[in-house]
Amino acid sequence: MTKGENMTFANRFAAGAGAAGLALFAALPAWAQEAATAVAAAPAETAAPAADGPIKGPTVEQMAGMVDKGDTAWMLVSAALVLLMSIPALALFYGGLVRTKNMLSLLMQVFMIVSVAALVWVSWGYSLAFTSGSPFIGGFDKIFLQGVNAGTFAATFSNNVYIPEYAFIAFQMTFACITPALIVGAFAERIKFTPLIVFTVLWLTFAYFPIAHMVWYWAGPDFLVDAPTDYGLLWGWGALDFAGGTVVHINAGVAGLIGCLIVGPRLGFGKEATPPHSMTMTMIGAALLWVGWFGFNAGSNLESNGLAALAFVNTFVATAAAAVSWALIEQFRHGKPSLLGAVTGAVAGLVAITPASGFAAPMTAILLGLVVSPICFFFVSYLKGKLKYDDTLDVFGVHGIGGIVGALGTAIVADPSLGGQGFFDYTVFPAVPGEYNMAGQFMTQLWAVGTTILWTSIVSAVLFYGLKLTTGLRPSEEAEREGLDLAEHGERAYNY
Amino acid sequence: MKLILAIIKPFKLDEVREALTGLGIAGMTVTEVKGFGRQKGQTEIYRGAEYATNMVPKVKIELVCDDALAARVVETLQQTAGTGSIGDGKIFVLDVGQAVRIRTGETGEAAL
Repeated sequence: MTKGENMTFANRFAAGAGAAGLALFAALPAWAQEAATAVAAAPAETAAPAADGPIKGPTVEQMAGMVDKGDTAWMLVSAALVLLMSIPALALFYGGLVRTKNMLSLLMQVFMIVSVAALVWVSWGYSLAFTSGSPFIGGFDKIFLQGVNAGTFAATFSNNVYIPEYAFIAFQMTFACITPALIVGAFAERIKFTPLIVFTVLWLTFAYFPIAHMVWYWAGPDFLVDAPTDYGLLWGWGALDFAGGTVVHINAGVAGLIGCLIVGPRLGFGKEATPPHSMTMTMIGAALLWVGWFGFNAGSNLESNGLAALAFVNTFVATAAAAVSWALIEQFRHGKPSLLGAVTGAVAGLVAITPASGFAAPMTAILLGLVVSPICFFFVSYLKGKLKYDDTLDVFGVHGIGGIVGALGTAIVADPSLGGQGFFDYTVFPAVPGEYNMAGQFMTQLWAVGTTILWTSIVSAVLFYGLKLTTGLRPSEEAEREGLDLAEHGERAYNY
Repeated sequence: MKLILAIIKPFKLDEVREALTGLGIAGMTVTEVKGFGRQKGQTEIYRGAEYATNMVPKVKIELVCDDALAARVVETLQQTAGTGSIGDGKIFVLDVGQAVRIRTGETGEAAL
């Protein structure tokens, strides 16, 4: 049983094992090698049967004895919580912000993207993201989930701790579902439905799965020592991304920006008033996003332990801090704190804490939350107006910018001298804490952010232009004026 | 007979209705309307995008009464609907040619 067939080695932490440098990035700094990382807590205690210390490269039979029911339950609950983030939370958050005539189109777009992405994920997405291949993308070993069964296991961040592979697949599936759904906010109220679904399938394949592989794939804590180059590109550099700041938020935010530029602004943009139709729906959506995000961040620990609880607390307080700081800015700037401002701040805080959620301490998480809102506010309320691009629901301003702030901030808050968790070095067995270098880590994060932006920009631009020239991206002018609900779906959101 | 048409602030409706029924007015028609006059609208701000709403919500009252009562109706309306600030509304008085009660066929003031 080779590990490629029997297990999945997922990870959101970099450990720069041997760092066999790629020619392309040969100039990369030396800290890539030292930047190994993880939260491998007390590996030996949690692994039941290993009497003589942890087992290196366990067989699938041995793994079966290294599974904890609490971990499994937590991962399944977390997967359901992350699904809640896209439907209904994101759909309501976005839907409330558009005009009545386009409400249903947003609900439908998010619902169908989730459904289609789930099918793509189990068909080829999981295999491309989480099997060994090149540093850029995985292979087809597990296409259509072949070789996966109830008795195969996925690695965690601790030596000799495993979770059922199906639980890991389900958890990661929800991430693949929400990421393309985030993008639709950028060109809301003016996109044809069918090309959007085609875009979703292609973008997942060429942007999401490669970046997920680059950031999160590695051989696993019990196998890396014997396979020191088996990891994704960014993981190998030592980039830290606990729950998906690069893979989910920067990725979707930048794709949204490219999309809204290529699709073009709405008819009447800047001339007609386009106020949100229901702040009530938007508040319900934002609040449910917050709830679901506990699964997203604390679930990303893959184990139900103290670090999951830390990620939970960080997710709570960073979000609260960002909501407060956005409301304060509006109080000073406009004289009135708005509900939309408060919930937008909360989402920006959630985005920013995502990559740092398992690394920060609660007090540094609060600082990250306080800092992200002013930066996003500047982009959303000032710069967007100056540059005159129609990112309708601020996908770039909140997810893109908030994601970048979070990814870079992670380098600071993860520092053990500031109460952070640092990283684990998996190049030795069992793993030991690595030596943290904040400046070096910051440069690594910067490289990771830049690579993600570059990759997703190119893929998104090619896909949007390709669809624009073939199927077209926009409905007719009449259809857009009538509203996408009737024109694209033959229904209204509300029949009074 | 006179048709009295009044545009007033929505929150004054109950007070106005009470005062008018006290005068012996037996019925009226009320409509929620939007419009503008000297009172400009307010500004709404969504993530920095400002929208000026230049139509203000108002309530329109239509009622018909006999000539003798018209002056007191107008006076009562003016007193109860007023707050002293701009946007209190307007009252218009028009002559009515005929009135018919559909159920009985009564005409004129008997139909009111």
